[in-house]
Amino acid sequence: MSIRFSTFALFLLTIFSAGATVHAAPAQKYVAITQIVEHPALDAVRKGVKDVLSEAGWNEGENLKWDYQSAQGATATASQIAKKFAGDNPDVIVAIATPSAQAAVASARNSNIVFSAVTDPVGAKLVKAWDQPSKNVTGVSDLTPIDLHLAFIKEVMPEAKSLGVIYNPGEANSVSLIKLVKQYGPTHGLKIIEAVSPKSADVQTAARSLLGKVDVIYLPTDNTVISAMEGIIKISEKAKIPVFAGDTDSVKRGAVAALGFNYYEVGRQTGVVVKTILNGKSPKDIPVQGIEKTELFVNPKAALRMGLTLNADIISRAKEVIE
Amino acid sequence: MNSFAFFGALETGFIFALVALAVFISFRILDFPDLTVDGSFPLGAAVAASMIVAGFNPFTATICACLAGAAAGSVTAWLNVKLKILHLLASILTMIALYSINLRIMDGPNKALLGVDTLLSPLDNISAVPYYIAYPIAFGLFTAFILALVIWFLQSEIGLAMRATGANPRMARANGVNTSRMVILGMAISNALVALAGALFAQSQGSADVTMGVGVIVIGLASVIGGEALLSTRTLLKWALACVFGSVLYRMVIALALNGEMFGLKAQDLNLITAVLVTLAIVAPTLKAKTKAKLNTVLNSKTKQAQE
Repeated sequence: MSIRFSTFALFLLTIFSAGATVHAAPAQKYVAITQIVEHPALDAVRKGVKDVLSEAGWNEGENLKWDYQSAQGATATASQIAKKFAGDNPDVIVAIATPSAQAAVASARNSNIVFSAVTDPVGAKLVKAWDQPSKNVTGVSDLTPIDLHLAFIKEVMPEAKSLGVIYNPGEANSVSLIKLVKQYGPTHGLKIIEAVSPKSADVQTAARSLLGKVDVIYLPTDNTVISAMEGIIKISEKAKIPVFAGDTDSVKRGAVAALGFNYYEVGRQTGVVVKTILNGKSPKDIPVQGIEKTELFVNPKAALRMGLTLNADIISRAKEVIE
Repeated sequence: MNSFAFFGALETGFIFALVALAVFISFRILDFPDLTVDGSFPLGAAVAASMIVAGFNPFTATICACLAGAAAGSVTAWLNVKLKILHLLASILTMIALYSINLRIMDGPNKALLGVDTLLSPLDNISAVPYYIAYPIAFGLFTAFILALVIWFLQSEIGLAMRATGANPRMARANGVNTSRMVILGMAISNALVALAGALFAQSQGSADVTMGVGVIVIGLASVIGGEALLSTRTLLKWALACVFGSVLYRMVIALALNGEMFGLKAQDLNLITAVLVTLAIVAPTLKAKTKAKLNTVLNSKTKQAQE
């Protein structure tokens, strides 16, 4: 009796699962995610990946095996997580932040790896070049999208010819950003003029040195400069030179505008890459991506004080308008 | 636990066994609570990675990493014995200073070694053994070699003087041992081992990172104490072997804890699971012995009663 019952149950189960494969969307997939530490930005990335996958029909517990591990800050644990994943052989390993990504690339040599929230994937040796992902590794970088920033400045001020940048040469992050500014400036018809400020106390001197030479000033996310940016604002308001910033907080403090980004969107972008790989594309055919989706913050009053009128179109595109 | 995870735990365990041996020298032999470890581990990694990327031979780079670690340990010891700063504070001072120094050495927070030739590169292309098995074998042999060196040293004349310094400094001085010099030498050796572990770990996992030292001392201590609880410490050799065993055990526990989802645990619980498992591993033998003893007494009294 019991044997017959179980045969019957098996029969039913077979029918149902066959029905399920016909009706429900994608087949069972396995995504493993390694994250160096619990951090709001990194958690947001993870959530973004998961949301995109669930919108694409892969839901955890149904047709998606989602194995999330955090190293809780310990690099050695990150390396052990990578090795566990190498053995579990998931369809895709998502590695969030540089140390976890490096551990994954070192240990899981035959798995598909998608990194995210890595600022400099080439410097971290995850890939050879942005347009040259390796056979099993690609991902999304959270590098400040300088190209988009310059394009936006040029859109607001089409007549601008020269752009001044103020930064501290002692900050590695700023140095690499300035390199990008100089690389992309000419493509937007902007001549780049640098002013260095090794200390917060030098910021005003640096700003003054730009007067008469530049049409617009761009402040990268430089801790030294941003900490003393009010000094720059004061000078540029007098000289009527608009100041744009690389981070949205500076807009509240008197910069004209900034294109920021949030990590949830970085995660969504990563999720799309993961989805593409789950659908059968190889990582080597997906170039590394920079940030694509930005959030505009504008400060029309500050703009007016610097002699610039922001048109309604730009203000209407803003996520936040500072009054 | 899959085979990758198992061999990975062995590999990491053998590397961190060097840290355990270092902690054994500082805490147990010299009786010097040394937190420099959290700085000298990434120091070794930073020196090795930067030199390898700059084009130096990986072997030379690893030796230089050891020397850098020895220097860091000497500074801590010097602060303690010459400037009379409390040992804990002296080691904390060196540790925090090393954070900045490591950033200088690497010219940033991270130095990648992926795709660069390292000491381990020859292991990648052995046809008979896959790399994930070749690594732990190589590290196991290397750790055994270092363990033998440490034991040999501790039984030499200088080693005996060092042990005397830790056991009873006043007595050692009375017997003509220059205890300050012994503390400096011991700390140099200890931190050279830690830096060596850092250098090897960086080469095995593909990068040096300024944050990789966080909690290394805790792991080292847990390995030593765990090993001592589980194995005999009656001879120096057994004691040192216990440290190595403790380190491998710690890594196995983490590899197990990473499978916590089967018990409804989440990624965020990892450190808690690790702590609980290590505690259980350490306490289990004692508990077993105790229950056995209790059972015996109960049984004995019962047989006595029966006899009466």
